[in-house]
Amino acid sequence: MTEPLLQVDSLIKRFGGLVATDQLSLDILPGEVHAVIGPNGAGKTTFIAQLAGELRPDAGTIHFKGRNITRLDPAQRSQRGLARSFQITSIFSGLTVEDNVALAVQAHAGHSFRFWRDARVDPSLREPAAATLQRVGLGNRRDGLAGNLAHGEQRQLELAMALATEPSLLLLDEPAAGMGADETERMVGLLQALKGTVAILLVEHDMNAVFALADRISVLVNGSCIATGTPEAIRNDDDVRRAYLGEDA
Amino acid sequence: MVLNRRIIVTVLVLIALALLPVLLGGAPFYIGVVARAMILAIAAISLNLILGYGNMFSFGHAVYIGIGAYTVGIFAHYDIFNGFIQWPVGLAVSALIALLFGAISLRTKGVYFIMITMALAQMMYFLGLSLDKYGADDGLVIYTRSEFAGLIDLEDHVTLYYVVFGFLLLTVLGMARLINSRFGLVIRATKFNEARMRALGFPVGRYKLTAFVLAGTICGLAGLLLGNFTNFVNPDMMHWTRSGELIFMVVLGGMGSVFGPIFGAITFLLLEEFLSDLTEHWQIVFGPFLILVVLFARGGIDGLLGRKDRSDD
Repeated sequence: MTEPLLQVDSLIKRFGGLVATDQLSLDILPGEVHAVIGPNGAGKTTFIAQLAGELRPDAGTIHFKGRNITRLDPAQRSQRGLARSFQITSIFSGLTVEDNVALAVQAHAGHSFRFWRDARVDPSLREPAAATLQRVGLGNRRDGLAGNLAHGEQRQLELAMALATEPSLLLLDEPAAGMGADETERMVGLLQALKGTVAILLVEHDMNAVFALADRISVLVNGSCIATGTPEAIRNDDDVRRAYLGEDA
Repeated sequence: MVLNRRIIVTVLVLIALALLPVLLGGAPFYIGVVARAMILAIAAISLNLILGYGNMFSFGHAVYIGIGAYTVGIFAHYDIFNGFIQWPVGLAVSALIALLFGAISLRTKGVYFIMITMALAQMMYFLGLSLDKYGADDGLVIYTRSEFAGLIDLEDHVTLYYVVFGFLLLTVLGMARLINSRFGLVIRATKFNEARMRALGFPVGRYKLTAFVLAGTICGLAGLLLGNFTNFVNPDMMHWTRSGELIFMVVLGGMGSVFGPIFGAITFLLLEEFLSDLTEHWQIVFGPFLILVVLFARGGIDGLLGRKDRSDD
């Protein structure tokens, strides 16, 4: 069996009396699309926040590429190849679309204590940024303000920023949140094209998208993982049906 | 670059500043008013780096003016007039204090950041008040301006004017480069979304602290110039109301604009001169004026000149 890219072991996170993450263990293999599904309040976003380093777990460990990253901050994890997108669109609205992506490139191109040269015409930042924008279908929106993009386009930009850091694992927190059917379809197409080039942990409510994309699915209920398996196996799992799809599903 | 109203006005202002002593035939009073405005413009530009571009709302920026001016004053007090000693020391002390204050205050955000920067600045103000040796609340008179081995004579007010003008140009040029550099873009993006910057892999804290130190050091330069210009330093220069005036200048001129603080500082000082001639309660007019600017001209003067959006410089 291949060595997992990400190994989560017995993760626990409490908020007061509420156990948001409860003994959660999960592996992600290199190159796979691993969907995490679960009813509202199952702790999906809390889980992503711990993987990205924004929240410290109370117990348990996270290993990435064989190294323990449980105590690293978000910037350090990003430097090791972990990228995330946000459920609530997080872009730099007052900068141009290309600036947004070029900053992601810049974050992984050495330190930024460079005070004089014009970074906005630096081909080593701008060319990869333009290429990434092309990849997500925003090639013709480069010079506009990011804040002026339509919602669906902002989600695409969000993805481009994560991709531009050249991650080996992408954490996508509801990439299709708030999208219409057409936009969702386009996003699924984009992610489909990424398959195999980068491992993806996908949190998504749109079940059509999940079943179209995922190699494996983990089901989160009340902060713990009740089942992991292929889409087919999850579809037929009795526990999952009871807990997630409803008693009478 | 299109030749629009904004660029024309900016260039005209710079030409006017360059020619002013010639035009006024050396009339000391008005040259003095404008020199003072340019010094405060340097301070306002430095504040704009953290306030306008970085969204760090420092309410204690005047401290560095005080540090610069006190450096000149205290050295002069001990009969050390050599600018090659005074100035590097003044800049270094400004940077160190900014490093210390920044390391403390940048742990907080929003209104707490405002309060802490203000509190630290007030601490320095009271420190100044308690320094009996250096005049306490009376301050120090600086009888001799900084000397530069006979290369430049700051005692000549036209020379001093052009030294100030030169530093203003340098500061503006530096800032214009800085805000489009890698460092500048990091600071500007952080203003919009700090969590996102961290997720992208930037150790944001270091960059913010560096910007804070840079701003403090440039403001220290303004202090060195002001001490020389006024021949005088007292704790009042560091009072929080002085920091508030710097904020007014930045807001008035246009936050996050390269030339905005220059417009803001000049307008501020001219209004102060003009209104205080009319009435000693000039702030009664000035206060509402500022409120109107904030309410109806959010981009400040540079916004009125046609600076379109926030990605503009």
